[in-house]
Amino acid sequence: MEKAKKRRFGIIATIVLALAIVLGIAWAMQTAANNSKHQDTLTRVEKRGQIIWGVKADTKLFGLMNTKTATPEGFDIDMAKALTVQISKQTGVPMSASFVPVASASKIQLLKNTNIDGTISTMTITPERAKVVDYTQPYFDAGQSLLVKKDSGINSIQDMNDSKYTVLVVVGTTAAQMTKQFAPKAHVIALQDYASAMQALKAGQGQAMSTDNAILYGFATENPDYHLVGGVFTKAPYGIAFDHDQKPMVDQTNRALDTLKKNGIYNQLIKKWFSNVPGLDWHELEVKS
Amino acid sequence: MVTLGIFDAFNGDNVNYLLGGLGITVGVSIISVILSLLAGSIIGIIQFEKIPYFSTFVATINNIIRNLPLLLIIFFVYFALPRLGVHLPIFWATVIAMSTFESAMLAEIVRGGLESVDRGQFEGARANGLTNGQTMFYIVLPQAYKKMIPPIISQLISLVKDTSLASGIVLAELTYRGQIVYAQNTTYIVPILVVLTLVYFLLNYGLSLIAKWFDRHLA
Amino acid sequence: MTLLQHYWPVFIQGFGYTLLASFIALVGSLILGTLFAIMQVSSMKWARVFGDVYVQIFRNIPLLIITLFLYLAVAKVIKMTGFMAGTIGLMLYTSAFVAESVRAGILSIDNGQMEGARANGLSFNQAMRYIVLPQAFRVALPSLGNQFINLVKNSSILAFVGGLDLMYQGNMVAATSFDTFTTYIIIGVFYLVITLPLSYYIQYLERHLKRKA
Repeated sequence: MEKAKKRRFGIIATIVLALAIVLGIAWAMQTAANNSKHQDTLTRVEKRGQIIWGVKADTKLFGLMNTKTATPEGFDIDMAKALTVQISKQTGVPMSASFVPVASASKIQLLKNTNIDGTISTMTITPERAKVVDYTQPYFDAGQSLLVKKDSGINSIQDMNDSKYTVLVVVGTTAAQMTKQFAPKAHVIALQDYASAMQALKAGQGQAMSTDNAILYGFATENPDYHLVGGVFTKAPYGIAFDHDQKPMVDQTNRALDTLKKNGIYNQLIKKWFSNVPGLDWHELEVKS
Repeated sequence: MVTLGIFDAFNGDNVNYLLGGLGITVGVSIISVILSLLAGSIIGIIQFEKIPYFSTFVATINNIIRNLPLLLIIFFVYFALPRLGVHLPIFWATVIAMSTFESAMLAEIVRGGLESVDRGQFEGARANGLTNGQTMFYIVLPQAYKKMIPPIISQLISLVKDTSLASGIVLAELTYRGQIVYAQNTTYIVPILVVLTLVYFLLNYGLSLIAKWFDRHLA
Repeated sequence: MTLLQHYWPVFIQGFGYTLLASFIALVGSLILGTLFAIMQVSSMKWARVFGDVYVQIFRNIPLLIITLFLYLAVAKVIKMTGFMAGTIGLMLYTSAFVAESVRAGILSIDNGQMEGARANGLSFNQAMRYIVLPQAFRVALPSLGNQFINLVKNSSILAFVGGLDLMYQGNMVAATSFDTFTTYIIIGVFYLVITLPLSYYIQYLERHLKRKA
């Protein structure tokens, strides 16, 4: 009797749990389908009164964590703040900017998942990415370059085209894909973030680190033994990205970007962050009126 | 820029920042261990009760979770679940991932603890007129938990260590904050790693001493 | 499924590196762990202290920190790739847990056996090697097995240092295909292919040993 009861309970409980799992999955897929439907970013940020920007926290000049205030600082951060102020003016809705540190590998995921509203994080505009996210006009002209030790004898990416060399890159950056095209024989190792890649370069894990010149300048400033070589071998303009199909938000941001370029705020920020970088002609970065 | 002395790595701001990271590490660990103790107990009891079909079914799911890398579960919860409409802030995503994984681990400990309780206790309690549930809650579980304290503390140690994996999804815990500090200046790397090692060691060694004390006094 | 087809060679390469790292670390940690276990039960004080300190240190710090240390700091002196750093880190970390399991195994063997063997003219090392250790391993087998499952799972740490393993490749695929959901499920299945059979075999062993006892 006791046993039969336990058995019956077991069978029922198993069926209930199995059903719950199956229904749970079905419900999850349904929700996923609903969620993939259009959700307007501009409406969302206006309602919230806040734009959540995904930014870098480990990249000198663009976004580096200030441990005193526990907030990131850099050109990207200041741009995001200025853009938020400008968008507030345009829409007449007061909005504040808040920042979430992202890694190169995770920013698109976070955008799609609406953990962040937009990202301004040294992100190169590529046709491949433009299929999944919406970009604004470029806000910074960067290009891929190479950072090597001064006595390494390496002068360009072509010099690296040898299986004895290793190029260090960061997961999810365009450099991770482009390096193979320019130096097919070299090994390419991708690290989690720029700080680790720089550490790895110093530890001799590779002979060169490759990413956008602007980021490499930041590292060259701090490590006088290292310098950039071979100039820029790809064009890598940075764009501000939003989720796919967010025309209203992109239009607002483009308008704000234009205004900042015209009223001189953009040039002020360029001067603030790039005028002290050795080897970089920061006047070239300014917008000419 | 001049190369700074290694002690600059530990100026007041950086130390405060790192301490905040330690707080998050400890917070995630404690919340996760409590949640997984609850869930793990339920799963453990189900496995122990040997209910036909049901126990096997639950055990199979438990085995699958137990045999996946925690790092994968963390990435899954943070990057993949939102696709299903489940949005979690990074702190809670980590807690959920760690709790899911640890529940599966603790379920095994609970089952083992229950099996170590003398069968005669069940029969004695039942003979005294207690129901199945009462026997479990008032007689068997308290004894089993007493025996389980040391292994539960070692799971807590694993948890503290494993929170470092959440630096992979940019949770601002101790390891990630260490990485941020050595992003300021690359000469900081060795001192920072040494200090992180020390902090984790002291925290976990302390916990392991507590486990040993319980082991000696409760056995 | 197109994802699986498209990235099949990448997944297989990652799977291969995960297997290789796990295998090297398994053999290494078994040897190291046994050595430290013997030190912990030896009659020489310095050996006991050394063994204890080693085990306590490596049990109580995160594997990620050990691996980062090897990859970013030690590599400045001794050259090593991310794969090597990850594998060595994995080996050092696991050996502390192996030492614990083996030590418990040795302690479970009746002391009389050691004394009997010594009385019959065997040295400590001989008695350890031929009499005590074989029995200790049999007792420690299930717990060792669990350590090896942990080892396979922990090999995902290689992803942090560009170790080319399954998790690393999974992150790369997720970052290029943007299909995180499917990618991580595929990666999970690959891990389960290694760990799940091992886990069931250990459960079988445990039951088997219990019945014998």
